[in-house]
Amino acid sequence: MSVNLTLLTVMGALYACGIYLILERSLTRVLLGLMMLTNATNLLILTTGGYAGLAPLFSKDTAPGDYNDPLPQALILTSIVISFAVTAFMLGIIYRTWVLAREDEIQDDAEDRRVAKTPSFDVEDDSVIPVETSEFPLTMLGSDGQSVSDTPDGADATVKVADRKLDAEVAASEEQPGSLNITPPNKEGGGQ
Amino acid sequence: MNIASFAPLAVLLPILGAALTFLLIRHSKAQRTVSIVVLSLTLLLECWLLASVWDGGTSAVNIGGWLPPWGIVMVVDQFSSLMLVVSSSVSLAVLVYATGQGMADGDRDAPVSIFHPTYLILVAGVSNAFLSGDLFNLYVGFEILLTASYVLMTLGGTGPRIRAGVTYVVVSVVSSVLFLIAIAMVYGATGTINMADLALKLAELDPGTRNLLHVMLLVAFGIKAAVFPLSFWLPDSYPTAPAPVTAVFAGLLTKVGVYAMVRTETLLFPGDTFNTPLMVAALLTMVVGILGALAQSDIKRLLSFTLVSHIGYMVFGLAMSSVAGLGAAVFYVAHHITIQTSLFLVTGLIERRGGSSSMDRVAGLAKLSPVLAVLFFVPAMNLAGIPPFSGFLGKLGLLQAGVQLGTPLAYALVIGGVLTSLLTLLAIARVWNRAFWRKPEDAEHPDPVLLADPAESATGDRAGKANVTLLPRTMVGSTLGLVIFGVGLTVFAGPLFRVADQSALVMLDRTSYIHAVLGEDAAVPALSQPTPGPDPAGDQPADGQERK
Repeated sequence: MSVNLTLLTVMGALYACGIYLILERSLTRVLLGLMMLTNATNLLILTTGGYAGLAPLFSKDTAPGDYNDPLPQALILTSIVISFAVTAFMLGIIYRTWVLAREDEIQDDAEDRRVAKTPSFDVEDDSVIPVETSEFPLTMLGSDGQSVSDTPDGADATVKVADRKLDAEVAASEEQPGSLNITPPNKEGGGQ
Repeated sequence: MNIASFAPLAVLLPILGAALTFLLIRHSKAQRTVSIVVLSLTLLLECWLLASVWDGGTSAVNIGGWLPPWGIVMVVDQFSSLMLVVSSSVSLAVLVYATGQGMADGDRDAPVSIFHPTYLILVAGVSNAFLSGDLFNLYVGFEILLTASYVLMTLGGTGPRIRAGVTYVVVSVVSSVLFLIAIAMVYGATGTINMADLALKLAELDPGTRNLLHVMLLVAFGIKAAVFPLSFWLPDSYPTAPAPVTAVFAGLLTKVGVYAMVRTETLLFPGDTFNTPLMVAALLTMVVGILGALAQSDIKRLLSFTLVSHIGYMVFGLAMSSVAGLGAAVFYVAHHITIQTSLFLVTGLIERRGGSSSMDRVAGLAKLSPVLAVLFFVPAMNLAGIPPFSGFLGKLGLLQAGVQLGTPLAYALVIGGVLTSLLTLLAIARVWNRAFWRKPEDAEHPDPVLLADPAESATGDRAGKANVTLLPRTMVGSTLGLVIFGVGLTVFAGPLFRVADQSALVMLDRTSYIHAVLGEDAAVPALSQPTPGPDPAGDQPADGQERK
């Protein structure tokens, strides 16, 4: 079986450019890269169908070997439709990113950055407990809730979100989808 | 009568429902009714399918009358119908939860009118992937569910969701492209994409080509299943979506990847060529995932990491390619779908009641809402594998199979599995201690909701008034239903394990599947069975009658 060298070369070029482009940070380029990858794959499927032949419309006089293999073309049609839908959706997302952040770049996950910057000292587990925190014995005597958070924490870490530089804690709380009733964390702790 | 003739309905019903809910986009009440009715019907149908193959047997249907290997086939066997029933039960519970949430706070956080059609399409995609007996139809099933999941992931279009959505979409598209390339190469090498036919034809290929195809399929499915080196995208993208969406994603999407891996390993590429790399990947997935979970302070992120980590158990069971290991893995998939989804649903409730899902902000929930505490505690202990629960039984089965195998790597995995289980317990216990047990004043940045005047709650005002809006009855009810379903898996673990083991035996044997699709006269190539053993079900003759 011989293969079409032009198709193979084009496919290789599309794959190379596609992979290069999806490694970029700009969303539009990523989208272009994805389109190239899917189109290169369509060419690959076409190649697997063997060499070109007659249109696969049955007639009694044609030898079976002369027809083109119709299955890869059916697969390509399906995959074109799917990549069309995905491309449309990606365009929607890119537009939305532009509306929200005025930039066309993939943004960092603020919570990820915050966790990465958290010191290994854990307030809950590692600090010396000032008062009895148990629910039962000392509540009557007034566990004054001696602010546990006086101990050092990573509050001065900052995060770059879009174009603003934010305190890491604040950034993380903005990230929380459900917390609509948050207040900026007050440094005193306790919050009585 | 061929039972599988009804299998396409499991895909068609949700799609028709989606069309109908899309027409009813202005009538949210009718939408809710339609989608719940449609999903209940689908669930009933799938229960019937499971009941009819409960004692073994495989049946196949040729869609549109095209004979295999040219046409598309759908195959119903114990594994696929078990997965269908569990996934539909879970999606029904999540749907009820989501409608409850939608009714409680209107369209503020998520445009619910879009939610219903998209959600039903997601369910159709999952069903299609589970039923498909054709590699390309499996790809289409994946694409249906992925496209629906893109929309659900970015529901509402807020900043964080769009950011997470970009990662998710790009990674998913890349994995789909890899899958498509693999399909093209498989077709180029064998001239067929029917899975039963492939089972025969792949064996004739040159080992080098076969290994290449095998690795490509495994990588493509590994991304979807979030197996360790390919799992980076999951904790980044899942936690920002709305609570019910995260819950259903965590339950179903990765498991569809695991399902595809199981089919690849048992049907297409039997034998133990890649067992060692798979075991190493399983070990790394378990350990790295759970270490990631320990570092998190947000409950949703923590649960996403435990999700990654526990995928490792399933891959471990699969990699042993013994009946005991695979059977335990099948049971574990069913268990994990239920438990992980209920935990995410409870987290959604925590977020509503405590104002946040960050462990620095919520505290004292055990006192504020004991119901919530129970709802969290039961699946959490189940996840960690505390004895009476199904998590323990599944892990026990896996560890026993590992010891049975007895290689040094299997022992390493057994140790890794126990360690992961303990670390899961540690991570879960931290959530429990911080969010439920400590007093609100001790939290780093307590949410104002938690510090409300205690006198108010003492008079019962809060319980009578505020709790209704904070914890709507439908949401609590559906979560409770799912938790009970999870406990049910423990109670009925005996019969379930029997079915899981049988399905593992049938999958490793392959004869039943190939005969169901290609007819009785297809010659199944003999392969070196690791554990031939006597067939307790004796289901080979039964299949013959199944297919007319």
